[in-house]
Amino acid sequence: METVLRLEHITFRDRERVGGKGFALATLLKKGFKVPDGLCIAVDGYRRYVTETGLCARILMELDRKDFAEVRWEEMWDASLRIRNLFLKTPMPGDLFSLVASSLESELSDKSVVVRSSASGEDSSHASFAGLHESFVNIRGIDSIVEHIRLVWASLWSDRALLYRQELGLDVHQSSMAVVIQELIAGERSGVVFGRNPNDPSQVVIESVFGLNQGLVDGSIEPDRWLLDRKSGTIINHHSAKRDMAVGAHGEATRLEKLPVEKQSVPPLRDHEVARIFRLALELEELFGSPQDVEWTFLGDDLYVLQSRPITTMAGDNKGDKRGWYFTLRRSFDNLKTLRTRVEGELIPAMVDEAKKFAQRNVTELTDAQLAKELSIRQEAQDRWIKIYWDEFIPLAHGIRLFGQVYNDTIRPNDPYEFMDLLGATEMASLERNRRLEGMAALIREDPFLGEKLSNRDYPGVDHVFSRALDSFIEHFGDLSCSAELCVQGWDGIIRLLLELASRPEAKERFRRKDLENLRERFFSHFEGEKRQRMEELLDLGRASYRLRDDDNIYLGMIQHQLRLALEESKRRLTDRGNLEVETLDPLEVIEALNDPHYVPKKVMATPEKPAHFEIRPRQLVGQPASPGVVRATARVIIDPSDLFAFKAGEILVCDAVDPNITFVVPLAAGVVERRGGMLIHGAIIAREYGLPCVTGIPNASSLIHTGDEITVDGYLGIVIKHS
Amino acid sequence: MVAQITDSGSRRQMLLSEESELEQLIRDLFASQKLAVLGTQNRGQPYANLIAFAASEDLTSLYFVTGRATRKYANIEADARVTVLIDNRSNQDSDFSQAAAVTATGAAQEVVGSKRDEVLAIYLAKHPMLEEFVRSPTCALLRVEVQTYYLVRRFQNVMELHVR
Repeated sequence: METVLRLEHITFRDRERVGGKGFALATLLKKGFKVPDGLCIAVDGYRRYVTETGLCARILMELDRKDFAEVRWEEMWDASLRIRNLFLKTPMPGDLFSLVASSLESELSDKSVVVRSSASGEDSSHASFAGLHESFVNIRGIDSIVEHIRLVWASLWSDRALLYRQELGLDVHQSSMAVVIQELIAGERSGVVFGRNPNDPSQVVIESVFGLNQGLVDGSIEPDRWLLDRKSGTIINHHSAKRDMAVGAHGEATRLEKLPVEKQSVPPLRDHEVARIFRLALELEELFGSPQDVEWTFLGDDLYVLQSRPITTMAGDNKGDKRGWYFTLRRSFDNLKTLRTRVEGELIPAMVDEAKKFAQRNVTELTDAQLAKELSIRQEAQDRWIKIYWDEFIPLAHGIRLFGQVYNDTIRPNDPYEFMDLLGATEMASLERNRRLEGMAALIREDPFLGEKLSNRDYPGVDHVFSRALDSFIEHFGDLSCSAELCVQGWDGIIRLLLELASRPEAKERFRRKDLENLRERFFSHFEGEKRQRMEELLDLGRASYRLRDDDNIYLGMIQHQLRLALEESKRRLTDRGNLEVETLDPLEVIEALNDPHYVPKKVMATPEKPAHFEIRPRQLVGQPASPGVVRATARVIIDPSDLFAFKAGEILVCDAVDPNITFVVPLAAGVVERRGGMLIHGAIIAREYGLPCVTGIPNASSLIHTGDEITVDGYLGIVIKHS
Repeated sequence: MVAQITDSGSRRQMLLSEESELEQLIRDLFASQKLAVLGTQNRGQPYANLIAFAASEDLTSLYFVTGRATRKYANIEADARVTVLIDNRSNQDSDFSQAAAVTATGAAQEVVGSKRDEVLAIYLAKHPMLEEFVRSPTCALLRVEVQTYYLVRRFQNVMELHVR
């Protein structure tokens, strides 16, 4: 059995070995359809690669690090990033490489090619998951093609695939992937046809764009759309698109470019061509026995079939299943640029405005009924912004990955997160706030009398340099310091914090300009001219994504703080009634109780006590390495915002989630431990800025670890050790 | 993203459920294994060997049988402190991430008198083929009174269970 096969030599016996796509293409060729010439690397190639290089065992270690049910979406990004880096850094064993290289040499020589995934079972009708795995377009040269074969293999473990690993039956020992390598047809007009409209089974849908198909498939170009009657082929409707852009092949990549004016005014397909594609869809349905989702392209009058697979709907449309949402996270560069404009220009200013409006209403002056109403308004605002946060802010974080992937492909660093350093060289609201705090701490350090006076709550006059700095801080960060509970505590809170900051040497952010310049230069030296300019844009987008990843939380924190103020006022009033356990009430119950003076909660929580044989103590907890370094110190577990003011310099910050209420103590910390996992969460980002060891993704971190415990944070291995 | 401020009641619940989950894990592991590694020492020289073990229902005791002329028996006579390792490895790559291991520490003591029949019933229920061995007058039935279990999962995840 051959590992590398020409498409035309594939027979029915190879069906399992060449994957769904490979087998469908071979079938089309046999039946006389026009299909680009090419090769298939059967699954044996993948198996040999991961077995002979030992990758198999390493993927297993990566995936089984944690119980899958406890893995969050950020961690899934990370796991697939690390696995992808393993594939990127592991060459094909010599004899496998020779075999693949010689076949490529003789069949495709110096042609530009498309490298596509062809997973086993992927295109069978019960499990067709479009877009789970990678395809690469316009690849040239043996070394580059071989490398992209490895990247297609890596995409067997893409974060999207991991998400559906149950449905796909993803198993490190069983799963495998074939790869199809075909000559690139530089089609002038391309598109897709759905043999049956998912929204109306009596119709066929055809979509088409000028240029290559990429723009349509990744959503960056709006296509012309035709709806046809399945029985008669009559065009029911033609939706004309704006038609100003097209994707073309250039050098070793594809790129979005302006469509010439003369093409903008005509649809990419004429009516008889629409009819031809309609017939193609029905022929393929006949051939494969079910309605097909077909990609095609026109080169002159030749109609090429690029791929054909059964139509299925994505699993995960159920309520409560977040995976459909997760798929929206994958966005193109252009799509993200638009999203960035919207987030920076509209959404964040609107969120800040709304928080400011809330801040103008003093909840202590409201009647109970008014307070109940205000509480529900603020609750609604928080829920609405959290939804926007998921729908628009988090998808923007994909800009970080987009840059990271290009960086890793170019530099191949040992640390797959090295790119974060380049992204971090940006101004974040939380860092600016911390710098100002450090500035005031420095004033205390320089003037021992000032420190002593402040400790005795003897505050200097308004003209004192310290008072002016503090006033200016509150003017700039008033809202932020409020969200940090500082204003609830009056000046005492912030001064207590400043005294603690002054008690230890100033924390340094990790990078000096020069190191960053070197890192930056090393990356950009790989690109020239126009390509370099596009990389600059990509870095700029990555930085904006990174900055917003932190800032959006600070702004969301402002809304949450206003909700909390209303909730605390409400609970204070309800406590005065004397018959309610207010801490157990949720916001809806609080609203009900405010409106009803005789309110009695419905549910009673009983804690079943059972005799326990054992006392459980964690010894070594496994999470994700998020910032390198190791430190052994005392833990400070933050459960309530008031815990923050007890924070002492040199303690390890342990919390559920580093949020705006917390980032300002990070400069005091010796290390950071967080329940939420992943490199892109706030704790990891800010810990990296200060060069602190950080481990994220420790389930139950804030209940397994207690304030005062002596712990070691190992930011290399991603583990936390609790000493007894 | 959103600070979840858990109240102490639900945190306690969480720990309770964690506790019963870990207990169950150990119970399942013990049920799946017949053999364990026993560690004893002779004047500072550690010594490891295989034993056929059984556990008490509440998991606070581990039982095994040994000839009285053995090295391990002599070691225990001199120093009762022992360790027992029970694991479910299968000697595959997947062990690194999927195998679980429990290390018990405690003190070993011979079971005599009225307790002996009760313990023997537990032991023979698990190892019926050892009936003759166990009944031999040259053999001793030992109980390890467990102080602590160290449970290792997923290569590096370690929890301690201290007997109350």
